[in-house]
Amino acid sequence: MINFSFYGGIHPEDSKTGTSAKKILNLRPPKKAIIPLQQHTGAVCEPLVKIGDIVKVGQKIGDTKTFVSAPVHATISGKVIDISPMLHPLETKALSIIIESDEADTWAIEETKRDWKTLKQEEIKHIVREAGVVGLGGAAFPTHVKLSPPENKKIDTYILNGAECEPFLTADHRLMLEYAEQVVIGLKILMKATGVKKGIIGIERNKPDAFRKIADEINKEPDLNIDVISLKVKYPQGAEKQLIKALLKREVPSGELPMDVGAIVSNVGTSFAVYESVVERKPLVERIVTVTGKGVRNPQNLRVRIGTPFSNLIEACGGAKEEAGKIIMGGPMMGIAQYTADVPVIKGTSGILVQTKNEVCDKPEECCIRCGNCASVCPMKILPNVITNSIKNERFEDAKEYGLLDCMECGACAYVCPANIPIVKYIKYGKTRLKK
Amino acid sequence: MYTISTSPRIHSDLSIRKTMWDVIIALAPALGIGIYFFGAQALYPVIISIFTAIITEAVISKIRGRKTISNGSAIVTGLLLGMIIPPGVLLWLPAVGAACAIILGKEVFGGLGRNIFNPALIGRAILMASWPTFMTTWLAPQSGLFRRIDAETCATPLAIVKLNLAQGLPSHWNLFIGNIGGCIGETSALALLLGAAYLFIRKRISWHTPLSYIGCVALLSWIFGKNGLFTGDALFSILSGGLILGAFFMATDYVTTPITPRGKIIFGLGAGIIVVLIRLKGGYPEGVAYSILLMNAVSPLIDRWKWTIPRKFGEINA
Repeated sequence: MINFSFYGGIHPEDSKTGTSAKKILNLRPPKKAIIPLQQHTGAVCEPLVKIGDIVKVGQKIGDTKTFVSAPVHATISGKVIDISPMLHPLETKALSIIIESDEADTWAIEETKRDWKTLKQEEIKHIVREAGVVGLGGAAFPTHVKLSPPENKKIDTYILNGAECEPFLTADHRLMLEYAEQVVIGLKILMKATGVKKGIIGIERNKPDAFRKIADEINKEPDLNIDVISLKVKYPQGAEKQLIKALLKREVPSGELPMDVGAIVSNVGTSFAVYESVVERKPLVERIVTVTGKGVRNPQNLRVRIGTPFSNLIEACGGAKEEAGKIIMGGPMMGIAQYTADVPVIKGTSGILVQTKNEVCDKPEECCIRCGNCASVCPMKILPNVITNSIKNERFEDAKEYGLLDCMECGACAYVCPANIPIVKYIKYGKTRLKK
Repeated sequence: MYTISTSPRIHSDLSIRKTMWDVIIALAPALGIGIYFFGAQALYPVIISIFTAIITEAVISKIRGRKTISNGSAIVTGLLLGMIIPPGVLLWLPAVGAACAIILGKEVFGGLGRNIFNPALIGRAILMASWPTFMTTWLAPQSGLFRRIDAETCATPLAIVKLNLAQGLPSHWNLFIGNIGGCIGETSALALLLGAAYLFIRKRISWHTPLSYIGCVALLSWIFGKNGLFTGDALFSILSGGLILGAFFMATDYVTTPITPRGKIIFGLGAGIIVVLIRLKGGYPEGVAYSILLMNAVSPLIDRWKWTIPRKFGEINA
């Protein structure tokens, strides 16, 4: 059997059993939704509504003319009560539209299904853009931009990322299991929009049930040019460049994009969102979030409206235990720590991890003993310790020379560092200083 | 309010302490065999050396106002030094050596991680330069835990070769199991290899340095044999002296050797050449300690050499 994998990587305990067998539950729409005007990579939206306006679910409430951006929609029906800077999971504060629910949950969309096969490429891209679809793996890059590569880039493969290599998270796993059909249709739509003939869905081997579901779905149509490939369980298998390397044996050159090697990668969640927007006419107003960790009483996979405060989700999972010490948006390896649970779910919220106080890593940083563990696990094959030393000595150009900008901050180095050096912290600092 | 920090939020159970203890475990078989062949006299220097190393480090940490993190590195330094001192030596020698190893080998540079030279080898080099007679008087192996103080002495295999002594050379088998004169760290290849295997299994060391180092010594010793080109005894050159200990336990020291695979190979080859040079042309019968110290000095340079840096993911060679 061919081993679909990449260089380096680590094998942290995947901790997925707490939620991987739990069905996705729908969480009641919140009484108040906080919808940030920036939930994506790119330009911030401008509000299209005023305080006092009545909005319906799915109504566009923020947009911009800039190409690299994505509109935002009302996720509950009710009244706009405020437009002001609010807490944001990625930034300290960001301009947000606050909607108070009328409890009616009236939608602003047509109920009839659309036949995607009759749509032209440009139409699909337009629908996807208007629906505010962004990459749901975490980076939240606007999908319509991904679907519009420059003319000179020949794309031959569309890859769906179902690796879900972050420990604890099971949202993608459950999605593939419960909505295999929709995920595959989503991929077909994406392939049509880009004119790509070949599709691949990569799934880590620790999700055999999801693999079988997807494979069954694909086998229904014998002449479908989509493969589903089982990947080695290794972090960060789901990193874009590593995934392309594992599946296509192609290496994205330093500083370039997947399209430079003829591939586009989207998360399986994105594919599902594309299906919903194109076929069911539903803009991106909800997403699946894994609420998990030892600090939460009853971990679950929830389908929630965007703009729902984290605290609602944690409450729905039996609440945080007393010893809860840390809330992280995303997984433990790359997630962003929050100091309060009042922040809203945004498009890129794949999970909420609640750690107990005991789990919080606070081992003292020691001096680097140059063991080289960091370099041996680095999927980008750079020398994290040399870079860290350069940054500590404020030699940012040297750090760049050693590959600072190639780092994707996966944290494998810091995970194995025997001296507990917060390498990712130094790298992030180095990147910001280099920009200046 | 919840704690915030940068990712990642989970950590493997790796620590400096565990790494150090693995080295200590790996050295245990050699220590055991040493005690078997040389009796308790082999153990005393080791105990004194470890004890002094720990005390010295504790005192210095106190003086420097540093929180003492007992990560076990002082034990490793003490243990290694104790194993490269002749058994039966006067007991103040290992004490002086260990104190020098910690102070001059490590702490003057700023402590573990910042030292340029292998601390244990610094300790040995100082003892060797200061009390050469004591450091080259070797007990003959003889079983029995408590032996007579006036036990007979003998020369190490390499000294026999160097000085053209009339004494016969030990067989390869005796060299391999350690039934020869020498310090306990350089006698039993078998026990040391067992320990090295443990370090390999635990992925604490890589093959690059030991293989290039030992391979280089073997090749050069074979080529430049005593009776003309290509007549040397490669196996003898590997099993005699401290090459096995040096290659697996000292040339693989993280702090003082290059970090990249290519750098490690250069280190091994360089050290190998120096060993053979010293053994053939130098004044000392053995050169492992100095070969590693000299290569320690050039390790930062090796690390700076662009050729040793691995190709990055997605790097296009111009």
